[in-house]
Amino acid sequence: MASHRLGVAVFVLVATAILAAASEPNQIESEQLQDVGGSPDAVFSDAEGGFKTGDGASETVPGQAETPPHSIETGQADSAGRRVSIEVGSDRVEEPVADEELENVQAEFDLQDAPQESEPVPTPRDHFAEELFIRPLLSGDIYTSFQFRTRWDTDLHWGEKVSHYRLFPKSLGQVISKFSVRELHISFTQGFWRTVQWGQPLLSAPPGAELWVWFQDSVADVDGAWRELTSVLSGIFCASLNFIDSTNTVQPSASFKPMGLGNVTEQRFLRYAVLPREIVCTENLTPWKKLLPCESQAGLAVLLKSEKLFHSSYHSQAVHIRPVCKDSACRETSWELSQTLGIVFDLHASGQSKREWSLFKMFSRTLTEPCPLASSSKVYVDVTDNPLGDELFDLSPAVSLQTQAVVLGDRRTFTVYDLLTPEPYGPTRSLNILLKWRQQVSGDMQRPVLHTERYVSGYGLQTGEINTLLYNSHPFRAFPVLLMETVPWYLRLYIHTLAVQSKGKENKPSYIHYLPSKDRQRPHLLEMLVQLPPHSVTKVTVQFERALLKWTEYTPDPNHGFYVSSSVVSAMVPSVVAMDTNSTEGRPLFTTLFHSTEESSYFMRVYSEPLLVNLPTPDFSMPYNVICLTCTVVAVGYGSLYNLLTRTFQVEEPSGGLTKRLANVIRRLRGVPLL
Amino acid sequence: MGLLSDPNRRRALTSLVTRLNTPLCVLCYLVGVSWFMGLAFEPFMLRTYMSENAMGSTMVEEKFVFGERAISYTREFAGQKKKTGGMPVDWLVKTMKSRGLEVYTQSFSQTLPFPDEVKERYMVRGTNVYGILRAPRGPRTESIVLSAPCSEGNNNNQAVGLLLAIASYFRSQIYWAKDIIFLVNEHDLIGTEAWLEAYHDVNMTGLRSSPMQGRAGAIQAALSLELSSDVITSMDVALEGLNGQLPNLDLVNLFYAFCQKTGVLCTIQGKLQRNDWDTLPGYTHSLSTMLLMVLKQGSGHPQGDHGLFLRYHIEAVTMRGINSFRQYKFDMTTVGKLIEGMFRKLNNLLERFHQSYFFYLMPSLTRFVSIGYYMPTFGFLALILVLRALDLWVQLSDPARALEDGVSEGEQDSSPSLLSLATPVIICHLTGLALYFLPVLSQEMAIQHFPVSETEAVVLTAIAIYVAGLALPHNTHRVLSGAGTERGWRSLKLFSLLYLAVLLGCTTLINFSLGFILAVTMIPVAAFIQPHRSSKVLHGVALILVSPATTLLLSIYLYHELIEYPVSLLECWQHFLTAVSQGILDHHLYGSLLYPLLALFIYPCWLQFWNIVFWK
Repeated sequence: MASHRLGVAVFVLVATAILAAASEPNQIESEQLQDVGGSPDAVFSDAEGGFKTGDGASETVPGQAETPPHSIETGQADSAGRRVSIEVGSDRVEEPVADEELENVQAEFDLQDAPQESEPVPTPRDHFAEELFIRPLLSGDIYTSFQFRTRWDTDLHWGEKVSHYRLFPKSLGQVISKFSVRELHISFTQGFWRTVQWGQPLLSAPPGAELWVWFQDSVADVDGAWRELTSVLSGIFCASLNFIDSTNTVQPSASFKPMGLGNVTEQRFLRYAVLPREIVCTENLTPWKKLLPCESQAGLAVLLKSEKLFHSSYHSQAVHIRPVCKDSACRETSWELSQTLGIVFDLHASGQSKREWSLFKMFSRTLTEPCPLASSSKVYVDVTDNPLGDELFDLSPAVSLQTQAVVLGDRRTFTVYDLLTPEPYGPTRSLNILLKWRQQVSGDMQRPVLHTERYVSGYGLQTGEINTLLYNSHPFRAFPVLLMETVPWYLRLYIHTLAVQSKGKENKPSYIHYLPSKDRQRPHLLEMLVQLPPHSVTKVTVQFERALLKWTEYTPDPNHGFYVSSSVVSAMVPSVVAMDTNSTEGRPLFTTLFHSTEESSYFMRVYSEPLLVNLPTPDFSMPYNVICLTCTVVAVGYGSLYNLLTRTFQVEEPSGGLTKRLANVIRRLRGVPLL
Repeated sequence: MGLLSDPNRRRALTSLVTRLNTPLCVLCYLVGVSWFMGLAFEPFMLRTYMSENAMGSTMVEEKFVFGERAISYTREFAGQKKKTGGMPVDWLVKTMKSRGLEVYTQSFSQTLPFPDEVKERYMVRGTNVYGILRAPRGPRTESIVLSAPCSEGNNNNQAVGLLLAIASYFRSQIYWAKDIIFLVNEHDLIGTEAWLEAYHDVNMTGLRSSPMQGRAGAIQAALSLELSSDVITSMDVALEGLNGQLPNLDLVNLFYAFCQKTGVLCTIQGKLQRNDWDTLPGYTHSLSTMLLMVLKQGSGHPQGDHGLFLRYHIEAVTMRGINSFRQYKFDMTTVGKLIEGMFRKLNNLLERFHQSYFFYLMPSLTRFVSIGYYMPTFGFLALILVLRALDLWVQLSDPARALEDGVSEGEQDSSPSLLSLATPVIICHLTGLALYFLPVLSQEMAIQHFPVSETEAVVLTAIAIYVAGLALPHNTHRVLSGAGTERGWRSLKLFSLLYLAVLLGCTTLINFSLGFILAVTMIPVAAFIQPHRSSKVLHGVALILVSPATTLLLSIYLYHELIEYPVSLLECWQHFLTAVSQGILDHHLYGSLLYPLLALFIYPCWLQFWNIVFWK
C-alpha cells in the first residue's frame, strides 16, 4: 500500500511538471536582439510558430509550486548582441519593439486602419496577427505552417451579452458562450507526420479529426453539452464530428490539461475524442478559411488554394480557443483564437527536376499585401541549417532581418519577411520567396529525441496484440512520458497481459489509470506514466480479443477493418540544446556552469499511427440465403436428429382404423370401457 | 427423418443398405471419380469474372516507360551482387533512399534442422531490405507489397531491377492511397518468412531476427515478382501457397485482366489456354492443368514467395516471367506496365479482397471450378466410408443377421473389450509419433553409426520407421492374447472407417486437393479389406499400393508426366527421397502441416487397416 501511495505521489509530481509545460507547447523563452547586417538597432520579432505565447506557466496554472527552470534565466548578456527579457505572455501588440521597426509598423497600421481611427472607440479591443513559417526539411521536402491569431479582450461568459463581433468569428463566439466552453481544440489532419524524416512539427495532431474541450465548472450536464457541441461543430466545419458519441469519448486523467487560464483541472469537465477515419478535404478547409477576418481575400490567406494544399504529403488544420491574460497583471481575461495550418510539400511528387521551392510553386500565388486588419503579418524562413546563407540552399529575395528563437528545445535562426513594411516586396510589388537547394540533400534529419511506433501483431481473427514502441534517442537522459491509449470496446483488452519492457527488462509504470470498456457504451482508456531510459526502445504490449459484433453494428465496409485511434504520448523532453555539451562557441563560459542553461526540457505531444484491425466478419453478400440455409439446417437436420437420438421408440399396436375409432366414440358416450 | 423413426421402414432401409452395400459403394466411387473428371470439361465450368467493384474498369493509362532504366538497374545490381558475393545490402539501401523511399533492413538467421541438400544450406544468415513508399496524406494504416527475391547466381536480377525502376516511378506519383512496400528478400522463402514474422511480430519457426523498425499498417495484398531475363515471352502465375491456401480469385482475375490489356501472354501451371474444348486434346489439356494444380496444392508447399503471405490473410500471387523460344517477346516496359496497372487497381481497394472465391480449382486462367462444384466429388467418395460403416454397425448390433448373411461362421462371442480395440489404435499412433519425431532427433546417432549424411539419415530413418510399422500387427497380437475375434476386427474397422472419414473430411475442407488425392486412393481399398486367410496377400499388396508413401511416389511420377518431363522409376525414387526431406524441412521452416498430418494421423489410420488385414 505504501509503495502504491509513493507511486501516486511521484506521479503527481511528474504530472504537475508535465502539466506545467503542457500549457506552453512551443515556448519562445527569450527573444534575442541581434545586430544584423551592421544595423545599429536590433530588431525584435516574435518568432514563435506555435499558438501559445511563452511565459504562460506561472499564469495559467495558479498555485503552481515549481516554476520551470527555464523561466528564470532571461536577460543574460550575449556576446553577439544584447539580450533583453521580454514578457511575451499577455499582450503582444504593445511589446517593446525597436524604434525603427515600430515606426514602420505604426505607419503601415495607421495607413491601413485609417477608418478605425475615426471611430469613437480609441483602440480596438481585438487584434489579429498572421504569420507563415517555412522550414526546408533535409529530405528535400518543405514544411509550411500558417498561423492566424485573433485576440479579443472581452468576456464571453459573464457580463453583458456580447452581440457585436468585429474580428472574432461570431459562429465560434456564440458556441463558446452557449455551451460554456472554456477551451476548445479541434484539428483535422490528413496524413501522418513522419517524425523520423521531418523532425518535430510545431503542433502535432493525430490523423483524422481530434476534438478536446474543457467546459466551465458551471456546466451541470457535461455529457449533454458535449453532445450538442459536437453536432454544432460538425455543422460549422462540415465534418462528421457528429459521429462522436460515448463509445469514442474519454476523459483523460492526466494527458490533457488546460492550455489557457483556469485552475480547474478536474477531469469531469474534459472531453476528448478522436475520429481516425475522418477524411479531410476542401469542404473542411473552406469553413475554416471563412473564420479568418480577411477570409482568403488578402494577406497570407490568399495562398490557401485547395488544389495546391491537397497536393501535399501532410495537411493539418486546427482551431484552438482558450482564455488568456489580458495583461501582465492578469486581472481580466481575453479570448484567443488560433487557427493553424501545417502542410508538407513533397519534393518527389511535385515532379520537379530543379530542386527548388517558391511560394508560387507551392501555392500558385505570391504575396502582394498583408491583411489590412492584421496588426502583424510576417513570414519566417528557418535558415538554421544554412547559417552562412549558401551551404544548403539559396534564399531570395534576401532580407537583412534575422532572428533567433528556441523552438522545441532547439535554437533556430530565421529570416523574417515583415509584410507590413515595403521592403520584402521589391520592385515587382509581389513577394515570391524562392528557395533553391544547392546540393544533393542528405535526407538525414537529426533524429528526434522522442518518437513512437505502433502496430498490431499476430495473425488470425481471434486474438491480437497492440504494440506501442517508445523511442528515447537521447544519449544520456531518461525522462518520463505519459502514454494514453484509447481502444474501442470491440477489442477486448486483456489488461493482465499489459507488459512494459525497456532494454529487455521489465519497466514498471509508476502510474496506471485504466478504465475498462463497457460494451457499446464506452471505450477502454489506459493511461500510464513510463520512465524511458536513455537511448532505448520501450515496448508496451497488451493483448486483445476481437469481438463478434451484432450484424447491424458492422460498418458498410466491414472488411476494410476497424480503426483504433492514435495513442498519445505527452512528455517533457530534454532539450536538444542541452544535449551538445561542448559547443561553447559564441557563448560566455559562465553560461554553461550548470549543465542546461538554456532550457532543460520542453513539452511535446506525439501521436502514434492509428491502427486498422480486422474483426471477424460474416459474409454479408447473401444474408437472405445464409439465414434461410441456417434456419433450414437447424430446423430440419438438427431437430430431427436430436429427436432420434433422445426419444425412446416403442412398437405400437396397430390401431383398428376408422371403424374402431368410431366404435370407441360410441363406447365413451355409453360409458363402457374402450376397445 | 420420419423414415428413420418408423421401425419398419428403418428395417427396410437398413436391409437395403446392407444388401446393396457393395454395388452402392462401387457406384459412389465411379460417380465421384467421373464427377472430378467432368470438372475439367468446359461446358461444366464457370467463366471467371471480377467480383470486386474497386477492380472494375478504369480509364487510367499506364505510363511506365522506364524499361531501359530497369535494365540498367539490373546490370548494376548484378555487378554489386557479384562484388559482395551475396545481397548488396548497402547498395540497395543507398539506391532506394536516393529514390525517396524510407529504407529499412532486417537481418535474420535460421538453423535448419538438418542440411538442405537441394538448396545447399544449413545455417542461413541473411538480410532483407525493404523500402516504404509513404502514401501522400495516408495515415499508415494500409499497404501493398511488391517483393522480389535476391537469388543465387544470376537468377531474378531483372526482378530486382524492375522493382527499383517501378519504385522510383511510383514515388513521383501523387495518387497513392496505401503505402507501398518494396521488399528484396534474401534466401527466398526463408527470407520472406523472416520478414513476415518480424512484420507481424510473431515467432513460429524459431527464427532469430533483428527487431523491425518501419511498418506500414495492415498489408492488403502482395505481388511477388520473378524475372530472370531482359525480355519475356509469357508470364506465369503461381497461386498455391502454404498448406494449399489460395489467394482470392479476384487477384488472379486482376492479373489476367491486365495481361489482356497489355497483351502479355499469360499462363497458369505453365500451360497456355486452348480454345478447342470440344476435342479430346483440348479436354486433356484442361484436365492436366487442373491435375497439376491439384498436385501442387496437395503438396502444401508454397509455389512462390507469395505462398507465405496467405497465412496472414494477405492475398498474394507470384508472377514469373518465362523466356521460351517463341518469336514474340515482351520487354521490361510492358512488364512494368502490367505491374503498374495491377498496383493502381490494388490501390483502389476499399476493403480487403473478400468478394470472390477463396476455394477453387483452375483448369485454365479464364475458367474456374468453385467449391460448390468440386465438393460433391469428395462427398461421393466419403459416402463409401459411411455406407461401409453403416453396414458394419448393422452387422455388429445384430449378429444374427450377420450369420444369416453367411459372412462369417465365428463363435458367438461377447463384444470385444475396449482394451483389445484401444491397443492397436494406440500402438499405431505411437508409431506415428515416432515417425514424426525420431527422424530429426536421431540424425546425430544415425550419422555416427552409418556412413550417411544428415539429410540421408533423416530420410532413411523416416522410411525405416515407416516400413517397420508394417511389422506391427504380428507384434501386437503377441501382446494381446485372445483379442483376435470376428467382432474384434469389425469393431476396429468400424472405428477406422469413421476415423478416416473424419480425417479426410477435415483435410478436404482446408485443402481439397490433398484430401481428394488421399481419398481417391485410400478409400476403395480401406472399404473392402478383410482379414481373409485366402486373400491376405492380395489385400496386403493393395493396401501397400495406397499407403501414403506410395501415393506420394505415384504423385511425383504423375506430376512429371503432366509437365511433359517424364522421369524414369529410379529418378522418381530420387525425387521421392528429396520430397520427403523437403516435406520435413517445410514443416520446420514454414510450418507446413503436410508432414505432421501424414505422420500423426493418416499413417496411423492406414496402419489400423493394415492391422485388420493381418487380424488373427
